[in-house]
Amino acid sequence: MQETLSLIHPLFITPVRRFGRGFVFLLRLLGRIRLSIRQIRATLVQVHSIGTRSLVLIMVSGFFVGMVLALQGYRELAQFGATDAVGAILGLSLFRELGPVLTALLFAGRAGTSITAEIGLMKATDQLMAMDLMAIDPLTRVVMPRFAAGVLSLPMLTAIFNMMGLIGGSFYAVNIMGIDSGIFWGNMQAHVDLFGDYMVGVYKSAMFGLLVSLTAVYTGYYAVPTGSGVGRATTQTVVVSAVLVLVFDFILTSLIT
Amino acid sequence: MGSNAIEINGLGFKRGDKTILEDINISIPEGSMVAIMGPSGVGKTTLLQLIAGRLMPDTGTIEVYGQCVSTMRHRDLYRFRSNLGILLQNGALFTDVSVYENVAIPLREHADLPEVLVRRLVLSKLHSVGLRGAVDLMPSVLSGGMARRVALARAVVLDPKLVLYDEPLTGLDPITVSTLIRLMRDTNDTLNMTSLIVTHDVDEMQRLADYCYIMAGSRVVGEGTPKELLCDENESVKQFVNGLVDGPVPFHYEAPDLQTDYLGQG
Repeated sequence: MQETLSLIHPLFITPVRRFGRGFVFLLRLLGRIRLSIRQIRATLVQVHSIGTRSLVLIMVSGFFVGMVLALQGYRELAQFGATDAVGAILGLSLFRELGPVLTALLFAGRAGTSITAEIGLMKATDQLMAMDLMAIDPLTRVVMPRFAAGVLSLPMLTAIFNMMGLIGGSFYAVNIMGIDSGIFWGNMQAHVDLFGDYMVGVYKSAMFGLLVSLTAVYTGYYAVPTGSGVGRATTQTVVVSAVLVLVFDFILTSLIT
Repeated sequence: MGSNAIEINGLGFKRGDKTILEDINISIPEGSMVAIMGPSGVGKTTLLQLIAGRLMPDTGTIEVYGQCVSTMRHRDLYRFRSNLGILLQNGALFTDVSVYENVAIPLREHADLPEVLVRRLVLSKLHSVGLRGAVDLMPSVLSGGMARRVALARAVVLDPKLVLYDEPLTGLDPITVSTLIRLMRDTNDTLNMTSLIVTHDVDEMQRLADYCYIMAGSRVVGEGTPKELLCDENESVKQFVNGLVDGPVPFHYEAPDLQTDYLGQG
């Protein structure tokens, strides 16, 4: 019995403990929200750094995901003579699932890792300690703007991903496969509900933004301050973010719909 | 010189079961430059972190300008640190902002000054360390000596009463060392500050410090002016000051018996 418990212990207790520490870290961050010009400016700089610089990746990915969805949908629906429904299927799958989930995963890989590496390296080179010794709170000055920028950026990037997905899908369906443009957009309009479908994706992306950003800043802040420690932390950001996004996607989907 | 800027009594500190510092008693008079010296790994930097309130002692007290650091709450600690200048071993400049911003950050955080005044203060501090021309450079393009000088300008930009230096001269060329020594001395005397320097560089400290403490084996083993220490009869002090291989300070880190380690238990 004791042997079984000692096996379960690290597998079960460690993630629970980390989850608890992550939650406490989130509360510490929320307590540092300041609506000061300095923090707003620092947050906007980070929105540019992690949000704007993720645009190309998000736009290209969105465009091709939209094309693939239209291609797959068209092939299957053609067997039943229902190719007119491609627009509706594209809109529903993008807004409800693929848009928020794929954007969050791409964001974790592109921006999450860069946030973790940046904070981890600042720790390894004593910059965070220097700040603390200069009576400047590193959580307020370094961590909070990056966290807030991540939370703000992801829903906006998701909207852009969705838009590019629609453009890619319509390009394939209308320009290549020859579906009537009016039918494509009309069907989408008829079947996609603003609150029941589109807003579900918005809620999800807001939650994913919080999860991915929190994971990125947390793993960076608590990274072992060495080269390998920072490397391990960036890997952890991607792995933990991906798992959290997929788990919470299921939870949110079952709660909202 | 009047009262003491720093007063440490019976200080003890452990990491796990390992004793790092034991029964440390140090007094640093206002306006002086005092060096804490000793071999690497003896706990000098730990002592600096204890004085700055980043670590809590297990026993004893640390008073800085009459305030007990170890019992301060977070907010009081930050207020105390805003009157403290610190220069870390590698400079620890913020790599995402320019030299100007690095020096301006303490002013922006702790002094509500108009930008024109911030600029004047930053430029005057950079001028005093000879780097006014490097104001727009990023830390990544600075040499080690330049980075240390910018860090010095940042450490004294708020004209603190006390400056803590952690190995400020390590790894620098002789010209930069002499320049920094002159800068540290001038800054201390001009601004009437108190300076505490943690170092293992014996020659340079003879040129800079008014008074020295030498640590070995978790304790203070000698103290006096640099001249007095050169004639000290304590074996640990003699070994450190003269850089002798043989003496009470061991070369090897604590390890099991050599035979057991090489040949195994059997």
